[in-house]
Amino acid sequence: MFESFPLWPARASTTAAQVDALYIFLVCLSTVMSVAIFTLILVFAAKYRRREGVKAEQIEGSNKLEITWSVFPLLIFMVIFFWGMIIYFHERTPPHDATEVYVVAKQWMWKLQHEEGQREINQLHVPVGRDVKLIMTSQDVIHSFFVPAFRIKQDVLPGRYTTLWFRATQPGTYHLFCSQYCGTLHSEMVGQIVVMEPAQYQAWLAGGTPGAPLAETGATLFQQLGCSTCHRSDTQGRGPDLAGVFGRKVLLEDGRTVIADDDYIRESILAPSAKVVAGFKPIMPVFQGLVSEEQLNALVAYVKSLGQPEKGERPGIPATVQPPQPKVQ
Amino acid sequence: MATAAITQERQNYLNQSYGIKSWLLTTDHKRIALLYLASITFFFFIGGFFALLIRLELLTPAGDLVLADTYNKLFSMHGQVMIFFFLIPSIPAVLGNFLVPLMIGAKDLAFPRINLLSWYLYIIAGLMYIHCMLTGGVDTGWTFYTPFSTAFSNTKVVEAGLAIFVAGFSSILTGLNFVVTIHRMRAPGMTWTRLPLFIWAHYATSIIQLLGTPVLAVTLVLVVLERAFHLGIFDPSRGGDPLLFQHLFWFYSHPAVYIMILPAMGVVTEIVPCFSRKRVFGYSFVAMSSIAIAVLGFLVWAHHMFVAGISLYSAMVFSMLSYLVAVPSAIKVFNWTATMYKGSITFSTPMLYAFGFIGLFTMGGLTGLFLACLGIDPHVHDTYFVIAHFHYIMVGGAVMGYLGGMHFWWPKISGRLYPEGWGRLAALIVFVGFNLTFFPQFILGYLGMPRRYWDYSHSPEFQVLNVLSTAGASVLGVGYVLPMVYFLWSMRYGKLAPDNPWNAAGLEWQTTSPPPTFNFEETPVVNFEAYDYEHIPEPEVAVER
Repeated sequence: MFESFPLWPARASTTAAQVDALYIFLVCLSTVMSVAIFTLILVFAAKYRRREGVKAEQIEGSNKLEITWSVFPLLIFMVIFFWGMIIYFHERTPPHDATEVYVVAKQWMWKLQHEEGQREINQLHVPVGRDVKLIMTSQDVIHSFFVPAFRIKQDVLPGRYTTLWFRATQPGTYHLFCSQYCGTLHSEMVGQIVVMEPAQYQAWLAGGTPGAPLAETGATLFQQLGCSTCHRSDTQGRGPDLAGVFGRKVLLEDGRTVIADDDYIRESILAPSAKVVAGFKPIMPVFQGLVSEEQLNALVAYVKSLGQPEKGERPGIPATVQPPQPKVQ
Repeated sequence: MATAAITQERQNYLNQSYGIKSWLLTTDHKRIALLYLASITFFFFIGGFFALLIRLELLTPAGDLVLADTYNKLFSMHGQVMIFFFLIPSIPAVLGNFLVPLMIGAKDLAFPRINLLSWYLYIIAGLMYIHCMLTGGVDTGWTFYTPFSTAFSNTKVVEAGLAIFVAGFSSILTGLNFVVTIHRMRAPGMTWTRLPLFIWAHYATSIIQLLGTPVLAVTLVLVVLERAFHLGIFDPSRGGDPLLFQHLFWFYSHPAVYIMILPAMGVVTEIVPCFSRKRVFGYSFVAMSSIAIAVLGFLVWAHHMFVAGISLYSAMVFSMLSYLVAVPSAIKVFNWTATMYKGSITFSTPMLYAFGFIGLFTMGGLTGLFLACLGIDPHVHDTYFVIAHFHYIMVGGAVMGYLGGMHFWWPKISGRLYPEGWGRLAALIVFVGFNLTFFPQFILGYLGMPRRYWDYSHSPEFQVLNVLSTAGASVLGVGYVLPMVYFLWSMRYGKLAPDNPWNAAGLEWQTTSPPPTFNFEETPVVNFEAYDYEHIPEPEVAVER
């Protein structure tokens, strides 16, 4: 019906249908409210237009009416608020077993790294029906990852990770836009999301330039950069053993605890002295400027892969990781 | 001098003295209002010219009219000129300056010299900004987002930032002047509950100007420091936090929207009762809703940041607070509508603008509900949906209010009548042109067209709606040029205006048109309520044909 004049983009993710339902509700509500107000104004304008001998009737106001038209809109607003909140919480909470794709944004392109090792530029291939979590960072300014067909968007910041997730439902090729103004060629920082049937996707995976899986690349880097000389699995290491650390709580030297998530691993590589694990000295060299964003992602993926609990059985509240053999406190 | 011999023509603020010096050194709030009128009109047409080029570029999907960098400068400077050099000073510095003392029965503002200083600061800021534009311009968007503005842009960010910094002080001083004037200079009997609602709106606006603008000033200084001296404040590669900038920026720039719209609401609240011949429905609710908007307006800034990387729970809180601020705006719309009930309505130009305002502001407000909604905003954020929404508020709302007010008080300001037929025609053209320009952008936005795109050749499906929008912009342009032409024409050829051509309530209509330099022959004593239309006869000659 609207093919030649669409009112919304293709609906190609689980989120899209939820967002559209709320959108259509809001469009109807706004239409009703504005038509009601415009009709009243037009009726009053016609009915009470100036006539000879008819004087305006002075009316002071009505507290009842004022309260009615304050409280009723507020109630409707709260419905919209809660409905929106439910969608937002769903949209911002990635499932635990989602496939992870690392995204690096830079002026003016998107670089994507699959867990399996595939690397793409300005294109992302995903299968229908799989939960995909994007772990994103920027090399320079703020960008924003926007896929209209999925109704999702998230700013991509330099110096930290932001995440986004989706589950595609319709095969097809969809726009990927950068929606945060990022300089000269902002409008050329566009790409495609290619959603494929699972079989086709497997064929695509097999056909692409074979690259080592991301975690394996990370493992190689881990050796090359000398990380493994200190981060060892025996207790002789000068740095904490990284096995099983990811996703757990870590006790810090200053008594705080942090969750060892992507951002913490990232920060610990770039600025190790920021949050030192209890029982260790701040002796690790700074890697800021020595590793690229892509290498960083590989390292994070490697740390993540180290003795991670099996997917699905990851505990809801991670147990605290005690520092190995605490020395004199 | 005030005691000069009485000439044939009545003495007024315009013929009180002559010569360029008598204008540039004036401390008369009415003359300063006219100085502002000339200056902001100049900037309005510069900003409008940029808008025209933007719309022409978007007529075709390819980036083929200007270069990408030029386009980026065009939308950045369109936004900065329109917001900081036109919209923020528009109603307060022109109509507010002219009317606040008149409406409360005062001789002038509390600090006439500071008022002149405000204008000079504005002019200094304007010259700095013109210098910035002529020497290369700025391409950060009007929002100066970091680290792009502090570490990556190759344009005149420092110059633009400092110009806006200075313009901010002009705005702060105007707000300060209004607050003190409204507190201290009301005529005998002019109690708070007898104040025209235009004054309440300006009072609320002034509070925002006083409390919000310094935060913008500090933020711009930090941007300049980081850019010029490489301090690490916002740039993560120097240990800064880019989101901190967004928090600081929107802490001012969201309330700034209310600096633009509250005075326009004040104008509409004067026009609707006059042309309905009725007192305002629910005076105290309309007054308090202005204050509520000013207060709540400070608590919603992070709704600009739902996809910027803030936590789930802060997004939740800011979404809810944003819905609260929508309530007082809704109250105003309902009260204006109710004011017309059982009135005796005529359809002069100011009333047409007021109708336009209510309609467009309602649509702008309702689409604001979409953007405050956590479920919808992530999709439409930074798309043309947002562009359409805030143009409905700032152009459909604030500019319609400004034009309505200019027509309503033009006889008082100039002592001449504008041609009514042309006035109505222009109001109609503006309304049609506006909707044609901006309504398609709502659909464009939901379809996913991001804002600030110079080239959309990868998504040519957006073209039809862009063509409609550009067509509308050309109609809108005609609608804006017309009033300027006939206002200028009327200054020489318009019919002499009577003191109170609309038989309107309000002290400003009790003095002569144009008013004498010190506004009133003798200080008025107020023993009646605002909008006392019961005791004011309807105009003898109906303005209605």
